[in-house]
Amino acid sequence: MTQPNRIAWDGLQIDRRRALSFRFNGKTYQGYEGDTLASALLANGVHLVGRSFKYHRPRGILSAGVEEPNALVELGREGAHQPNLRATEIPLFDGLEARSQNCWPSLKWDLGAAVQLASPMLTAGFYYKTFMQPSWAWRHYEKVIRKAAGLGKAPTVRDEARYDKRHQYCDLLVVGAGPAGLMAATSAARRSARVILVDERRELGGMLLEESVHIAGQTAKQWVQQTLAELEALETVTVLPRTTVFGRYRHGKFGLVQHTEQGQVLHSVHARRAVMATGAIERPMVFSDNDRPGVMLAGAIRRYIRCYGVVPGRRAAIFTNNDSAYETARCLREAGAEVAAIVDLRERAPSVAGLDDVEILTQAEVVGVQGSQHVKAVEIEVGSKRRRIACDLLCVSGGWTPTIHLLAHGGKDTLAYDAAWGAFIPTCSEPVPGIHATGACNGAQSLVNILAQGIAAGEAAAEALGCEAATPVALPEVQHRGGELSPSAAPVCEVRGGRGKKFVDLQDDVTVRDLELALREGYRSIEHVKRYTTLGMGTDQGRTSNINGMRIVAERLGKRIDEVGTTTFRPPFTPVSLGALAGRESDRRLDVLRRSPIHDWHVRNGAVFMPSGLWLRPQYYRRPGHGETLTEAARKEAANVRDKVGIADVSTLGKIEVQGRDAAEFLNRLYINRCGNVGLHKARYGVMLREDGFVFDDGTVVKLADNRYLISTTTVNAGAVLSHMEFHQQMVWPELSVHIEPVTEQWAVVALAGPASREVLARLMPEEDVSNQALPFLGYREVCFQGVTTRLFRISFSGELAYEIAVPADHGLTLWEALLEAGEPFGIMPYGLEAMDYLRIEKGHLIIGTDIDGRVTPHDIGLGGMIRGDDDFIGRRSLQRPALTEEGRPRLVGFVSADGETPIPASAQLVAERWTGTPQDSLGRITSPGFSPVLDCPIALGLAEVEAEGGSLYAVSPLTGEQAEVTVTRPVFHDPKGERLRG
Amino acid sequence: MQRYSGFGLVKHALSHHENWQRQWRNPTPKKEYDVIIVGGGGHGLATAYYLAKEHGIKNVAVIEKGWLGGGNTARNTTIVRSNYLWDEAAALYEHAMKLWEGLSQDINYNVMFSQRGVLNLGHTLQDMRDIQRRVNANRLNGIDGEVLDAKGVQELVPIMDCSKNARYPVMGASWQPRAGVARHDAVAWGYARAADAHGVDLLQNTEVTGFKIRDGRVYGVHTNRGDIAAKTIGCVAAGNSGVLAKMAGFKLPLESHPLQALVSEPLKPILDTVVMSNHVHGYISQSDKGDLVIGAGIDGYNGYGQRGSFPTVEHTLQAIVEMFPIFSRVRMNRQWGGIVDTCPDACPILSKTPVKGLFFNCGWGTGGFKATPGSGHVFAASLAKGEMHPIAAPFSIDRFHSGALIDEHGAAGVAH
Repeated sequence: MTQPNRIAWDGLQIDRRRALSFRFNGKTYQGYEGDTLASALLANGVHLVGRSFKYHRPRGILSAGVEEPNALVELGREGAHQPNLRATEIPLFDGLEARSQNCWPSLKWDLGAAVQLASPMLTAGFYYKTFMQPSWAWRHYEKVIRKAAGLGKAPTVRDEARYDKRHQYCDLLVVGAGPAGLMAATSAARRSARVILVDERRELGGMLLEESVHIAGQTAKQWVQQTLAELEALETVTVLPRTTVFGRYRHGKFGLVQHTEQGQVLHSVHARRAVMATGAIERPMVFSDNDRPGVMLAGAIRRYIRCYGVVPGRRAAIFTNNDSAYETARCLREAGAEVAAIVDLRERAPSVAGLDDVEILTQAEVVGVQGSQHVKAVEIEVGSKRRRIACDLLCVSGGWTPTIHLLAHGGKDTLAYDAAWGAFIPTCSEPVPGIHATGACNGAQSLVNILAQGIAAGEAAAEALGCEAATPVALPEVQHRGGELSPSAAPVCEVRGGRGKKFVDLQDDVTVRDLELALREGYRSIEHVKRYTTLGMGTDQGRTSNINGMRIVAERLGKRIDEVGTTTFRPPFTPVSLGALAGRESDRRLDVLRRSPIHDWHVRNGAVFMPSGLWLRPQYYRRPGHGETLTEAARKEAANVRDKVGIADVSTLGKIEVQGRDAAEFLNRLYINRCGNVGLHKARYGVMLREDGFVFDDGTVVKLADNRYLISTTTVNAGAVLSHMEFHQQMVWPELSVHIEPVTEQWAVVALAGPASREVLARLMPEEDVSNQALPFLGYREVCFQGVTTRLFRISFSGELAYEIAVPADHGLTLWEALLEAGEPFGIMPYGLEAMDYLRIEKGHLIIGTDIDGRVTPHDIGLGGMIRGDDDFIGRRSLQRPALTEEGRPRLVGFVSADGETPIPASAQLVAERWTGTPQDSLGRITSPGFSPVLDCPIALGLAEVEAEGGSLYAVSPLTGEQAEVTVTRPVFHDPKGERLRG
Repeated sequence: MQRYSGFGLVKHALSHHENWQRQWRNPTPKKEYDVIIVGGGGHGLATAYYLAKEHGIKNVAVIEKGWLGGGNTARNTTIVRSNYLWDEAAALYEHAMKLWEGLSQDINYNVMFSQRGVLNLGHTLQDMRDIQRRVNANRLNGIDGEVLDAKGVQELVPIMDCSKNARYPVMGASWQPRAGVARHDAVAWGYARAADAHGVDLLQNTEVTGFKIRDGRVYGVHTNRGDIAAKTIGCVAAGNSGVLAKMAGFKLPLESHPLQALVSEPLKPILDTVVMSNHVHGYISQSDKGDLVIGAGIDGYNGYGQRGSFPTVEHTLQAIVEMFPIFSRVRMNRQWGGIVDTCPDACPILSKTPVKGLFFNCGWGTGGFKATPGSGHVFAASLAKGEMHPIAAPFSIDRFHSGALIDEHGAAGVAH
């Protein structure tokens, strides 16, 4: 139950009164409320946490934050876990369960580590040079390689967590609640700007939490709390802890993911301006066996001690190229640990108070680390002398890298190399219009400067936002205990001597040798080096490795770092779960599911549904107790329409109202057949083309009143037709006065078809004259049915005498049931899509998408005669192109099965010879196969390059092995003169 | 050229890999070449390689304004398949497929062409009819393909949600077993190394700023490193093709759009095939490193910025989580965009131009990577002979005047 590395300390972020129990790799440990998994593991003396990606080397905890490359774990019950989480980012909770990844059978004894024996061969890109012979063997090699892939295991059960999304708008987004961010937020907030202040950590304050400093006479922690209290008291300020700004997108949009007790929330923040106060991340050093557990970043050690009261070692060595790590030495000593030596690469060590009795070695290097699963000692080289220093912790600092990722998400030209930092910093304090860089990420070094820059950024932002004036925030007084130390680093990060592997990128196991090999082989561009060696391509995106890698590449090439340049910065800053990005809009909510107002009736009466666009439509009705198949039911429904009368729910067809002074002109330009000229209270069948001359959609246009039209579209194309119309209205012909309104969901529409349909209608509306004279084919009338406005159309898809009746959606069921009642004496039956298909194929009516794909002109399908007048319409000029008018284009024809019984296969291709498996030229295809009850024979519509009726082809489906000899006919099998629908 | 083999790798391990040669030179531009290829991506490098290897034209320069393979070659989702609907496109992509099948051996560079099969899912009856139609058309052209029902899909991809409860339940899929993925960067590097070995000059960081055109004939290019002469020039510049055409004084019917993709953190292998769905707008595979590689639909607006808009990514991931609910907890590690040059009929342009001696290879839209070897092969033949190769001929610019469009919107993998 003891936590051997935990000490008492003032001002900690943990609550020692609340002990928590957690399990790691099956063993139970204790920690405190406020711990991260990493701090709790270190408190318990657990250094070995994971295995590396390629070589399965034992790895520990390097850092205390988002930059962690090593300590990746699976969190949660196996199967419902999250893989690849950084132990340094996981807040500890009671009952937490976590496991190491990429090791078997155990973390300590990992068989995968055997791969290290072959490591002389496993250089960067080795796989490009081998596994090529014999050529068939790659698939087997790959199986083995693939076994080694990946870090964590994917979860296996569905995610029940809740993911929400928010859209937020603010004047100023402040990223990072360290000293600069707090000051910027306060300055802007005092001037009444609406501010969102975000920090990825649970405890705010950034670097202040790991430094020994007093601000305005208070401890850093007190000052942070007081500043936050002022901010949170303002209604215009939102403070979001545990929230990562993961991406900057165009037009001032930022992607944020917030971790809460309830789950993750994705915020899309649209900020008028933003302040980047993202601080800096420490770099490690590159030396032999620099990956051993117990080698940690110096700044991280300060955080573990000062935030969590965790001292990760008893006897530490420090290896640095800059002053900041000396603060770690002070901190370790205050915490009661011994500092064995400070190994400084530089010629001169700074004089730092309180370290008089610590051995400081200058111009010294660490050339080796002993202890494979935990540091036991380090080998030092001073001049030409080697020494061994026993220690259980090696603190390293290779300088600091300003965190400029979000700035660079729009491009790298916002950055310039800075020699003092040994890294890239923004070119100025507003490197992107509207975005201020401030504090350490802007290259400010001392805390006073950082605070001053924060105030200045907040003021500048408020000024640019046009905020009212207010008393500026006073720069608080800063007192460092023992003096402030600079992060300016010597331009060296690498130790040349030593026998072990020198890791640049710890997560992807990229070594100095790998970089050298890439350069030797001609990969010079930093993008090539990255891709060839995988430098910086891990889940940490190279936060601790990129700068070191660039420095080594630059040095080998004899170039400056800024000549080598950086790779592109891409979102997300830290990984974001797919669930958070998807939000709740997957599964049933991926798209709305539309149901007709008569849907429930269909359900009660045995309808089998099929999806059509966003809608569900009845395919056929399975009458209770009949046990019919699809074909049996549909043939019966179709026959009933031909012989008696049927009704179908066609509410799903797209409906768009077009109104306005220029509505007729607008429609004339859209349709090939001048649909705007349709007479008042008349319907006209119309065809629209795409700009390239191919058929886009069809439907009817009805003139409801002067300057007011209703058009119908196919169900699937309703959205596309609307976009097409809106595009032309807004972009092409803005001078036309037209209003377009989609009204699909506002009307329920029922098709009433069959020889008895007129009698049924007459019974339904006894007061209306529905005779052929009063309501002829393609006629329209607005009537009143049971007190509501009803639209009555005489149009037919089935080829029978037919009507479509539209009522406001809420009255759809009433209409449907009234029709069934009125039609009862005539043998009325509902029919579904399948029967509708049989009917329309017999009649030679086409369906967009099925018969008409993107290569069909009106001429091809026998509708060329519809083109009216000389005025232009969309696609007219394209239609005149030679390839669209040439002889021999596939055209619409009908087919009957040559032997009168072999079914014509669906989706079949048409060929000249019987199919034997040898490739043949396609002469066309079957678009709609069916069965004609009238002819009692399989029939089909198709597009084919054929000369004359009576010719013979083979409809073949190599896929199913079916084929049928077919005879070419006219594409109308039933009532070719249209007497029935006009009668 | 130093030959690569397993044996060689062992041998070099003994000398600590210090004797590997450069994979390509970094030459100074010559005054004149027989052929200049503008654009050092996969297609351009492949063209140069086949020019040298198959047609003996070795005095060739590839001019690249950035780094080799740094455009869409480095940004795609690495899918290779040839199950295109229309004869013209099927011939082109199947030609590429046959070259893919021996590519690693041909260029002695393992491009990791992994024929793990591609599923194109169907979610509606119409989808399934279209799939059957396409597979029948493929079979007629001698291209492999099967149609699976939902059960067959589930057996192949046990982790996919094939239940009836999904918003768009999986009804089945087309399945091309010979299709798969390849290591995209390796394709560029492998062709670069092989072309360099034949004497082709690869000129990186060299930007074409104009063409030397006299009397309707091209004589060379202006670059930021001086003028370079050649009487045959092939432009293979993807998203920037329109810009080059403008320099040469004509227009192409291209629109450049951002196309986005993303990868997850690496996971232990769990998805062995490529799964694509037009209907819910998403496609996914898992690389040999373990990353899930996910592609999105193109952004609707035109642009040259290699980044897209965020809602496109959200929508894609809604589709992916819909198909694979267990990936909800998996995290996106990196997202990026490329610029795709799309033609009105979703088919490429391989063509002569109004300027004699100047050829263009562009307009691949979302389908360029998979065609790389075939595109390079037929384009090289066209440049060598001065006449378009028969497989390339239907893809002439003339088709936009004649109307002989091909229309592969259905097979392009993502909604245009």
